[in-house]
Amino acid sequence: MIHSLFLVNASGDIFLEKHWKSVVSRSVCDYFFEAQERATEPENVPPVIPTPHHYLISVLRHRIYFVAVIQSEVPPLFVIEFLHRVVDTFQDYFGVCTEAAIKDNVVVVYELLEEMLDNGFPLATESNILKELIKPPTILRTMVNTITGSTNVGEQLPTGQLSVVPWRRTGVKYTNNEAYFDVVEEIDAIIDKSGSTITAEIQGVIDACVKLTGMPDLTLSFMNPRLLDDVSFHPCVRFKRWEAERILSFIPPDGNFRLLSYHVSSQNLVAIPVYVKHNITFREGSSQGRFDLTLGPKQTMGKAVESVLVSSQLPRGVLNANLNPSQGTYTFDPVTKLLTWDVGKINPQKLPSLKGTMSLQAGASKPDENPTINIQFKIQQMAISGLKVNRLDMYGEKYKPFKGIKYMTKAGKFQVRT
Amino acid sequence: MSVSSAFNDEKGGSSSVGEPEYGHDPASGGIFSSDYKRHDDLKEMLDSNKDSLKLEAMKRIVAMIARGKNASDLFPAVVKNVACKNIEVKKLVYVYLVRYAEEQQDLALLSISTFQRGLKDPNQLIRASALRVLSSIRVTIIVPIMMLAIKEAASDMSPYVRKTAAHAIPKLYSLDPEQKDQLIEVIEKLLADKTTLVAGSVVMAFEEVCPERIDLIHKNYRKLCNLLIDVEEWGQVVIINMLTRYARTQFLNPNINESLLEEGSGGEKAFYGSDDDEDEDEEEKEKKAEAMAMAKRKPYVMDPDHRLLLRNTKPLLQSRNAAVVMAVAQLYFHLAPKAEVGVIAKALVRLLRSHSEVQYVVLQNVATMTIKRRGMFEPYLKSFYIRSTDPTQIKVLKLEVLTNLANETNISTILREFQTYIKSMDKDFVAATIQAIGRCATNIGEVRDTCLNGLVQLLSNRDELVVAESVVVIKKLLQMQPEKHSDIIKHMAKLTDNIQVPMARASILWLIGEYCEHVPKIAPDVLRKMAKSFTNEEDIVKLQIINLAAKLYLTNSKQTKLLTQYVLNLAKYDQNYDIRDRARFIRQLIVPTEKSGALSKYAKKLFLALKPAPVLESPFKDRDHFQLGSLSHLLNAKAGGYQELPDWPEAAPDPSVRNVEVPEWTKCSSREKRREKKVEKPFYSDSEGESGPTESADSESDSASGSESGSGSGEESGSGSASEESEEGSDSEEEEEEMEKDNKKKTKIEFKKQTIAPSSTVKSYELLHRITGEGLSVEYCFSRQPFSSDANMVAVQMQFTNNSTSETKSLHMEDVKLQSGMRVKEFAEIESLPAGESATAVMGIDFCDSTQAANFQLCTHTRKFFVSIQPPVGELMQPVFLTENEFKKEQGQLMGMNEITEKLTLDIKCRNEHAIVQRVTTTANLSRVPCGSDKEFAGRTVTSGSLVLVTVVTKDEGATQLTVNCEKMVIGTMLVKDILLALTQ
Repeated sequence: MIHSLFLVNASGDIFLEKHWKSVVSRSVCDYFFEAQERATEPENVPPVIPTPHHYLISVLRHRIYFVAVIQSEVPPLFVIEFLHRVVDTFQDYFGVCTEAAIKDNVVVVYELLEEMLDNGFPLATESNILKELIKPPTILRTMVNTITGSTNVGEQLPTGQLSVVPWRRTGVKYTNNEAYFDVVEEIDAIIDKSGSTITAEIQGVIDACVKLTGMPDLTLSFMNPRLLDDVSFHPCVRFKRWEAERILSFIPPDGNFRLLSYHVSSQNLVAIPVYVKHNITFREGSSQGRFDLTLGPKQTMGKAVESVLVSSQLPRGVLNANLNPSQGTYTFDPVTKLLTWDVGKINPQKLPSLKGTMSLQAGASKPDENPTINIQFKIQQMAISGLKVNRLDMYGEKYKPFKGIKYMTKAGKFQVRT
Repeated sequence: MSVSSAFNDEKGGSSSVGEPEYGHDPASGGIFSSDYKRHDDLKEMLDSNKDSLKLEAMKRIVAMIARGKNASDLFPAVVKNVACKNIEVKKLVYVYLVRYAEEQQDLALLSISTFQRGLKDPNQLIRASALRVLSSIRVTIIVPIMMLAIKEAASDMSPYVRKTAAHAIPKLYSLDPEQKDQLIEVIEKLLADKTTLVAGSVVMAFEEVCPERIDLIHKNYRKLCNLLIDVEEWGQVVIINMLTRYARTQFLNPNINESLLEEGSGGEKAFYGSDDDEDEDEEEKEKKAEAMAMAKRKPYVMDPDHRLLLRNTKPLLQSRNAAVVMAVAQLYFHLAPKAEVGVIAKALVRLLRSHSEVQYVVLQNVATMTIKRRGMFEPYLKSFYIRSTDPTQIKVLKLEVLTNLANETNISTILREFQTYIKSMDKDFVAATIQAIGRCATNIGEVRDTCLNGLVQLLSNRDELVVAESVVVIKKLLQMQPEKHSDIIKHMAKLTDNIQVPMARASILWLIGEYCEHVPKIAPDVLRKMAKSFTNEEDIVKLQIINLAAKLYLTNSKQTKLLTQYVLNLAKYDQNYDIRDRARFIRQLIVPTEKSGALSKYAKKLFLALKPAPVLESPFKDRDHFQLGSLSHLLNAKAGGYQELPDWPEAAPDPSVRNVEVPEWTKCSSREKRREKKVEKPFYSDSEGESGPTESADSESDSASGSESGSGSGEESGSGSASEESEEGSDSEEEEEEMEKDNKKKTKIEFKKQTIAPSSTVKSYELLHRITGEGLSVEYCFSRQPFSSDANMVAVQMQFTNNSTSETKSLHMEDVKLQSGMRVKEFAEIESLPAGESATAVMGIDFCDSTQAANFQLCTHTRKFFVSIQPPVGELMQPVFLTENEFKKEQGQLMGMNEITEKLTLDIKCRNEHAIVQRVTTTANLSRVPCGSDKEFAGRTVTSGSLVLVTVVTKDEGATQLTVNCEKMVIGTMLVKDILLALTQ
């Protein structure tokens, strides 16, 4: 399985290596660097690179390449999924997953990697189990440890390892028992030039933050579960119960976790909450181009569209843009040709617009492509699909927990072609 | 000084990586002195009495290892601390040891005794980690110690330690392959383990050490299928992949009939792509025909074990782990009947929302799947639309999928989509789009002209790459019908002035040469221009110029004779030998001289032969001979350690090998047995078994496990025998250290739901034919499992299949007519059975030890059907376990009238012991007396509990004596008849 792992930063330095079997020389990464050079963009490095004796499988997260060295047949997704899990664990432990954070906590990182894989095969990847084995570093704990000489490493086998609910540790205690659920939906859409929708779909997740004492058994039911077309669960959700009654029944992990991701069935028409009026033109023979963009809300059910951010990759021929936003600020990077406009909130009475001219390379012919416009936005207190949680019940514990549910709609990959 | 310098070093080390360590100590004189000094300092710290200093030192050493620095000279100082009390120091020492033990074998041996002690520690975590490190030290000398440790750990009480043992197996194997045989024994033992924790790891070891020993899986197959949903996700991937391979060797192709039918209807085949190779030869056809005839006679029935696998993996499509989803998807793709494969599409499309690396792998697999099963992904066409923000490699793959999905109905949408892609700024992507358009045009005749026109328009594009790619694609398209498109050829001829991309120039020249008759005026002119620029052209272009010259010379020698001579002369002195060779060859061939050989007569035929149009194929065609989701599939090349996916067998191997016999025989100890009960279904816990909210609210904190306990579904199906109960009773209460106490409560689990035991010996009978049943067909079989609510009843399992187009509601039974004494326990009403679905139900019948039929009415919401169930005599009994002595004793008491003996001669085919045992156990629900010298079987009648003893004694030449001892003479006589029939058939 996984032989070795190399962490490579954006400038191409290997800053951490870990071997689970015999040592593989870091020169194996030269093949990776070669591929990296060939790829024009960082994300275009092929995830799987064959070399004469090994295979390199890599993922790119937070501008760090995690390069795993494989020697024989193994499902590539197995490795990719595992590497992502490693990144998630680092993030969980250190708050961020950056080169600096990894270097500062190199010992913890090493201990984690040691526990996560044995002989290249995943051993413990559940964050609850890992946290019992190796306690996450906090300032307080570091201080206490230096004084008392105690360690970060658990001496007992984590209870989760043998339990039927490996994701939950036993003996959890809170003074305030609370369970929060965020229903977050993202709209993926491609809108064509004329404003009609080419494809639009809604993907949603329910993220939970559960801090409950003991072994609570929760059930969550929806008003309209039929909306959910394709679902994938955290392992804690009882599948049979869902199949039979469309109720989520689970013993939650402790802390933050993703309970459910879902896809809203495609039969339902997707309400597109914003529209874009655009007029981006380049004239032949002129070194000026016109840029005119107006945003407006539609089908938002009275909720405000917030945190709107428009970005667009302008054609290579554009030298500079001289624009005038009616609200918010815009930036144009003349090197990457990336235009971003931070709009903020859309006021339906006074629609935000960005108008002005683009200066083009003199003498060059007009660019034949029109830029696509990517839009990000947020709408609070609404799930665009109309999904509603009916009730949340807790069994198995006597206390009354505080329950909260929040809805939000966001733009996913929301593109407007011009 | 030493302390401060050490401090410096650490700081420096953690802030920058690329630079060497010593650069940070400007005060130090030379590289080496500073190096030594620092290590001295570390050694000092390691030797100190304070754990905190040791820890500090170890942390710094580990940081050095992490950065790839050499810390091997500290080995003696570090290894001393292997027995340190501080667990963190110990762990870091382990890290160090594993890294450097290989280099310092002798010193590493010093640490072995510590691990050996650790292996005996009462704390399971310490035992496990001692084994982990011991097995990770790659020192050949300790192989025997490792072997011993693994064997011991494999029977450890703690499943965690057993899991570690499973992990250690491949480590030892890679160190010393000679140990294979011994390791296989350990694997075999661990495969029988019933905990979910061990299952994944041991299958992993199996795959690495002995993937060819498929026979080890038989007995564990059903258990693995049933445990699967509870195994941790990584283990699931490995198990599913292994089971895919297993199923391919053990079951029949579920699509065999369909693929044969498709063969018959020719046209269909090309569209859907059948499972068999296109280029099969006559012989195979004949074989197919034979098989078809066979298939007609005997319709395909899926092995219940095959169904079990498909059913138990399906819920995993909902896993959050992409690797699991992919594993299930490939399992369905390779194993499921065509009609069921569709379910995976949705899950795979969902993965496209994941990280780009995941998308990359999934799209590759989808691309392969779309070639074989296009229909599956058609509804998701729009999910493959490309966004400008996708990385190029994803774009290209999506394009591939879109092209594969294109058909007559959706081509216009796809082409419209492609039009927007052509305007993209990403030129590599544009080039790929043009290729894709070309492929759509060749595949779908209706749009060929539209595509061609679109591509011709691209010829005036400003970007040269776009034009070049278009030229190449147009060339291929034109070859299909050149006569209609001479104006396009003319247009392209003009392009030679501007276009610089060699491949495009070469393509244009080839086109003009090939179709010079369509453009008689332009062709010589093009050659003239090319002759002028010949010396500056790229090699491929030069070759095409020579070609063009030759073709023109043959068709229009008047105008081009001199030009050709000129070109050939230029080529004669070219730097490239290929070009010189070609020039010489062509001159000999086309220019007539006195010496010219016989070939020159045929020059025209050689050059201007009609060339077949190229077929534009997907690069993913035929990739599915690799197991999907594998590395080999992704690379389209066999990776080391790849296990070929075998072809389906012609005839199914004996399915009874998967039957798990009376548990006493198998190796599982009572401890493991009890564990089985503890295994629960946290994920898929059966809602039926679950007591529901109210109950679990009342129970204590153990409700977590308690509320889920009821499930047990399928757990017992592996053993499927009456001895379940006795097993429970014999549970000794030896408890393990950390085992959760609360689990004790549910050692006795009542199986509320009987599952379908995929026992191969079970024969189904028809209760209701689908024609008489107006679409509803019912089959029943004697599942040979104890009927839970009444021990005197025989469990009859019924399978209802709704073949009609409408839903059938409220299936239940009424008006039971029975002989006196007989009783029936009706099955629970099936509220609704949607069209095309099937359902199973279990009913119990007390036949009173007679073969009288039970008659009743089967009612739906609209109709009633009279049906009856008549049991074969062999089903009126249940197996009992007797030792040989007991058997002999019992037999002695059932002599005289109670004994019936029959002599027979066995057919050659069933003289071996296995065949006899199988035939007898198929006929009657008996169990074999273990270790008996003869073939002895024992059972009790279900109602009265009278013993039924069967003995088969074989002598020379197949002469056999069959003896049945039974108190109930009627049963005895009938049984003799049935067994006799079974043995002689």
